[in-house]
Amino acid sequence: MEATTEDRWQKVVYDTLKKNGVTIFSYVPDAGHRMAIDLSLADPDVHSVALTTEEEGVALAAGAHLGGARSALLMQSSGLGNCINFFSMITGGKFPFLTVLSMRGDYGEGNPWQMGMGKAVRPILDAMGFVTVEITQKDEVERAIDAACTMAFQSGEAVAVLLTQKLIGAKKF
Amino acid sequence: MAKAEKSAPRFELDRTVVVPQLVGKQEDFLFIGGLAGTAKDLASITNDGSNYYGMAGAMGAAVSMGLGLALARPDRKVLVATGDGELLMNIGSLATASILNPPNLRILCVDNGHYGETGYQKSHTSLGVDLEQIAIGAGIKSTMTVETKDQIAAGARMLRESNGTCFVLLRVKPEDGPKFKRDMDPSSTRVRFLQGMKARS
Repeated sequence: MEATTEDRWQKVVYDTLKKNGVTIFSYVPDAGHRMAIDLSLADPDVHSVALTTEEEGVALAAGAHLGGARSALLMQSSGLGNCINFFSMITGGKFPFLTVLSMRGDYGEGNPWQMGMGKAVRPILDAMGFVTVEITQKDEVERAIDAACTMAFQSGEAVAVLLTQKLIGAKKF
Repeated sequence: MAKAEKSAPRFELDRTVVVPQLVGKQEDFLFIGGLAGTAKDLASITNDGSNYYGMAGAMGAAVSMGLGLALARPDRKVLVATGDGELLMNIGSLATASILNPPNLRILCVDNGHYGETGYQKSHTSLGVDLEQIAIGAGIKSTMTVETKDQIAAGARMLRESNGTCFVLLRVKPEDGPKFKRDMDPSSTRVRFLQGMKARS
């Protein structure tokens, strides 16, 4: 898969998750995860799981853990709201959990429909007991994903990585 | 196109008798149980064993959790038991399981047509919704409905021998699962399951 200069950091997201032993990638499609989704579909060594709603990916990750596998849920930040009740299983059950969110309703957003969830992302993650890692620069991506994987899979935490709109850029309207 | 004539659904079987008959030798499966009735069905069958993880919340999570486990452990048969109310809450999980189609995933929906935990309000399946038809529409190739005694043996065979993800709809009387006091701690039961996996591998 050819990565352009613009989206090379997206390939780093995928490669770093894989390097950390993630073998099950689940997602609801989003432009911010386009490269990682395509790479997972083309990779015979991993499971690429298209979801109908983000909360499925939370339960999928818990099931994968019971079977000894590592999973990552890739979603747009708007999908976080669909997951909240299932997060109670993650934190209550002390399941290791990793999600990577491509932010909308964030720095420079021009679609007013995105702002409500965008502003709620951090309070929701705090309320549900997550460790949050924010990425704003392309050269931080590998180190931040490594750190997130360590906290999730070694310390057993629920961890959310935010690919902020400073990193992704805001969609033009 | 003319619709095939379908007889009215029959909610007559006793879940405490039929679920154990459908499962057979429980040691052959890893189990994920939904909440309420199906959690008790499986806790009773496994004696709350280390091959079973059951929920008491996160309604709608069972099928997706079973899918994750089935993908992680292709060498083991994974049986998910979920209720009609729980499955209706995350019906899209059938579509996701279908496109992955892991050969070791079995879904047993114990349909009593009601929300038993909350006072036996009717669920959609008492009002004309047919979950086997939804499973077929989701693309699951092996499906069947068990609502009479003579269908039990075929249902058990499907859960045991299917070569792709299968879906068995078991219609039962609107009654609770077996009385069983299970461990409801989501963390200690997680650890118990992991220890069971280690001991068996």
